[in-house]
Amino acid sequence: MKYLDEYRDGELAQKIAREVHRATTRPWNIMEVCGGQTHAIVKFGIDELLPKTITLIHGPGCPVCVTPLEIIDQALDIAARPGVIFTSFGDMLRVPGSATDLLSVKAQGGDVRIVYSPLDAVKLAEQNPAREVVFFGVGFETTAPATAMAVYQAAHKQLKNFSLLVSHVLVPPAMEALLSSPNCRIQGFLAAGHVCTVMGFEEYFPVAAKYRVPIVVTGFEPLDILQGVLMVVQQLESGRAGVENQYARAVRREGNQPAQKLIREVFRVIPRKWRGVGEIPQSGLGLSEAYTAFDAGKKFGVAEHHVEEPAECISGLVLQGLKKPHECSAFGTKCTPEHPLGATMVSSEGACAAYYRYRRH
Amino acid sequence: MEPNDQFALSCPIPIAQYPHVLLAHGGGGRLMHQLIGKMFLAVFRNPLLETQHDSTVVPWTGRKLAFTTDSYVVRPLFFPGGDIGSMAVHGTVNDLAMSGARPLYLSAAFIIEEGLPMEMLWKIACSMQQAAERCGVQIITGDTKVVDKGKGDGVFVNTAGIGIVEHDLQITPQNVQPGDAVLVSGDLGRHGMAIMAVREGLQFESAIESDSAPVHEIVRELLKAGIEIHCLRDLTRGGLASALNEIAEAARVRIEIVEKSVPVREDVHAACEMLGLDPLHVACEGRFVAFVAAADADRALSIMRGHALGAESAAIGRVAESSAPLVTLKSAIGASRILDMPSGEQLPRIC
Repeated sequence: MKYLDEYRDGELAQKIAREVHRATTRPWNIMEVCGGQTHAIVKFGIDELLPKTITLIHGPGCPVCVTPLEIIDQALDIAARPGVIFTSFGDMLRVPGSATDLLSVKAQGGDVRIVYSPLDAVKLAEQNPAREVVFFGVGFETTAPATAMAVYQAAHKQLKNFSLLVSHVLVPPAMEALLSSPNCRIQGFLAAGHVCTVMGFEEYFPVAAKYRVPIVVTGFEPLDILQGVLMVVQQLESGRAGVENQYARAVRREGNQPAQKLIREVFRVIPRKWRGVGEIPQSGLGLSEAYTAFDAGKKFGVAEHHVEEPAECISGLVLQGLKKPHECSAFGTKCTPEHPLGATMVSSEGACAAYYRYRRH
Repeated sequence: MEPNDQFALSCPIPIAQYPHVLLAHGGGGRLMHQLIGKMFLAVFRNPLLETQHDSTVVPWTGRKLAFTTDSYVVRPLFFPGGDIGSMAVHGTVNDLAMSGARPLYLSAAFIIEEGLPMEMLWKIACSMQQAAERCGVQIITGDTKVVDKGKGDGVFVNTAGIGIVEHDLQITPQNVQPGDAVLVSGDLGRHGMAIMAVREGLQFESAIESDSAPVHEIVRELLKAGIEIHCLRDLTRGGLASALNEIAEAARVRIEIVEKSVPVREDVHAACEMLGLDPLHVACEGRFVAFVAAADADRALSIMRGHALGAESAAIGRVAESSAPLVTLKSAIGASRILDMPSGEQLPRIC
């Protein structure tokens, strides 16, 4: 397929891999931030082409995985109520809350629907004026503009029956949280290409300078990832710690400014708990003052109750890159995609699910 | 003990895990596999059922008959490349063909929702009759039920089929052997994506048409040429990945597939990329996978390609010995990974 197969070419992949081998003289730990990249690495076997001394650490960039249990429980509470049409992206439906999941709520009569765009939820609200339509907005900066647009349009259309349960999170604060942890082993980053499509990469310069880590904005196809790794290794080997853009075909330094403007209009930056990681300051998006009428949490009066994760699940360590999925005693036995103990086993972008799907032997 | 308690104690699907049936239990993936294995197979257990093939071969006064049934609940009822009526004929004909049987007779049962336009039902009936004529089968018995408005989804169709087995091969999943070649009869994933494109309103330069078609003639030609067929499997829900995993498990072998050799049309590939689906998990309605003795592989492939409905047939891999059942895939960049069965549903209600 045009614009895709070119980036999956076996011979070119081997060629870049050979360059990585030539450039590498020491062991390096590189984190790919985004779950989409983790998935591609494991699916295509990209790490198998790299020198054994390069360790790819799988980062927390799976929005489904880091959505806190408390908010999932709120979602389940709202979705089960009569008169509600509860909408979200497909991946959220199987994520376990503390007692159940959205698919089970649906099986018991809840009106839970998959949408491909938050704007579809706005359409549903227009078509069903007697029902309350709730969109569960999750994701990083990549999906935030679409969620913001939905709220913006709902406000413009004066829809009273549309609301948003929001759990959007921001990547740079999470990278800083990982880097400032005493256990941090990360020496370089592949930054998430699609996040940068929206946000650009200005905000990474201070991070690279402060923590002396190379950051390379990287795409999602095998050749992108191999080239991103090569660029990080070249920086590391020559003692540089700068920000570079591998994904120039999609990412501009300043990003998509109308999208950023829309995010700033509808949302404000708030502290946010990340499932498995803990609270990170200034790392989430909540509705701004002017749009609080669309806050589903307030509308339905659902409070955030603190809940404990299953003790056996090590998804927090996996999300911080401190453990690999197969190092968990429940991996593939008690914990499978059909019976996940933690969100990293559910989402198609979760590291545990990727290992289960492609690496089980 | 109360009868309810008795059932609760002996229900083989752990109640704690799934107190209710999910859509994913019908999705063709691991959950459906578990539901069938732990509930239906466990309670109906007998040697014929345990072959777990698309149709079951039964000895009948010195001859062998193949018997099968399938229900069709596709939404929308009419889609690019087909409709629920023709699909209900093709699907059951194909299930019979997977035993190498010559399809003879079909039943047709309709569960109709009150309010369905009569014109629509007529179109479906005519489409079924046309498909039956094309396949050389007769619809010889049937049933009609109407349910309250809101309790059905237009119409559900069930067909059962009987065919006659006129060969002495054993065409079953258990008969797949190390060394066998793995062939597919055409490009994959088109039916699933045709339905998905209509339902999700995806626009492409030209509509993706379902691959719904009968494959029994291709099978008949393979048999006529004396190809040593070990197994045939219709690639419906769960796609190639589910079929291969089920067969690897039944035969206790390792199946090795080369990703680049699997035919997938460009528009289907693009639609899958957009929706985050793997074409190897997506359903077909007119494609099968064949396991044949390695020595017959080239001949089998040229016979399949010689048929109009098999023009895109391809050899996609081989079977190897293994201590544990496994399906592996050599990726586009040359690394090897597991090809797993999808866990739940890929697309709701596509057949």
